[in-house]
Amino acid sequence: MIYLQLFLSFFKIGLFSFGGGYAALPLIQNEVMTYHWLTSNEFTDLITISQMTPGPIAINAATFIGVKVAGFMGAVVATIGNILPSCIIVTCISYLYLKYRKLDTFQKILKTLRPAVVALIATAGLSIMINSFFSNGIFGVSTFHMQAVVIFGISLFLLLKKKMNPILVMVLSGFLNVGYMFLTGMF
Amino acid sequence: MKENKILFKLFISTFYLSAFTFGGGYVIITLMKKKFVDEYHWIDENEMLDLVAIAQSSPGPIAVNGAIVVGYKIAGIKGIIVSVLATILPPFIIISLISICYSIFRENIIVAAMLEGMQAGVGAVIASIVYEMGSGIVKEKRVDHVFIMIISFILNYIFSVNVIFIIIGCGLIGYFETVLERKKIS
Repeated sequence: MIYLQLFLSFFKIGLFSFGGGYAALPLIQNEVMTYHWLTSNEFTDLITISQMTPGPIAINAATFIGVKVAGFMGAVVATIGNILPSCIIVTCISYLYLKYRKLDTFQKILKTLRPAVVALIATAGLSIMINSFFSNGIFGVSTFHMQAVVIFGISLFLLLKKKMNPILVMVLSGFLNVGYMFLTGMF
Repeated sequence: MKENKILFKLFISTFYLSAFTFGGGYVIITLMKKKFVDEYHWIDENEMLDLVAIAQSSPGPIAVNGAIVVGYKIAGIKGIIVSVLATILPPFIIISLISICYSIFRENIIVAAMLEGMQAGVGAVIASIVYEMGSGIVKEKRVDHVFIMIISFILNYIFSVNVIFIIIGCGLIGYFETVLERKKIS
């Protein structure tokens, strides 16, 4: 039953992504790989689209994967699955907070989670990098894209040293590749 | 009647924030504070700081969690429904439209080249985020945290241990550390 599968997968993603933003990335990748909902290229496209549009990555992924796997209803089910853990947990904590005004144990636990979350984002990021450097993520001389490595290097420089806006950097990297293809006569 | 007016205002403002905020949950939550504390005076400043802390430390997307705490504070369960709906509708609509066009656009060679270049760009965006978050953790100078980071990476990347087990494991370590700290103090 595809709807139930989508619901449960995105429920898990909602329940275990701590720290917002990219914390959901490794979890989404995990579910996508397990059920073969997207190819690694489509997954990277999804992250690219998420970066370019407003909205949390997990909600974008729920909609994108839901539509692709089971149409409009799939998107609705996946999105509800994704926000349900938040709705339950955050409401309970807010209720307890407004009643007792205490938060510290929870925040201390979160401090220990953060290093793990960074490591998991690194793993997911690494597979996205490999996918862009080599066609379909297969290592080899014939699948290697030198220009992708150059674009990656330029982008990283602009982000870390020039503190450029990530959306701008991504638009630029898209145009750089189009320019490269044009110059090498691939169009 | 007055309640309906508040709910309507809540819907419009969260919808607007969700549709036009680029840059993720941390940005949106700052804008929520501006709107509901500084402009509408619906929530008091100190309380908002704690509500933000709840939204950031709970699992799930921070923008959704932010909508829940704000909606709950302003109008209870009804407020939650209204603000959460307003938060998820914009990305839901935008991505639905993109998914429909995606397969058609992907066939176009210029769009494909553009997306391929952007894949290298998004790799760099994630690398820079990992670098910044990672160096933040190293600067804390807590050996246990650096150790957790390295072990988590090895377990996940080399041994393909499921992400969920790693998160549960580290959560338990954090819990026991807090309990031990308390015992030391008392």
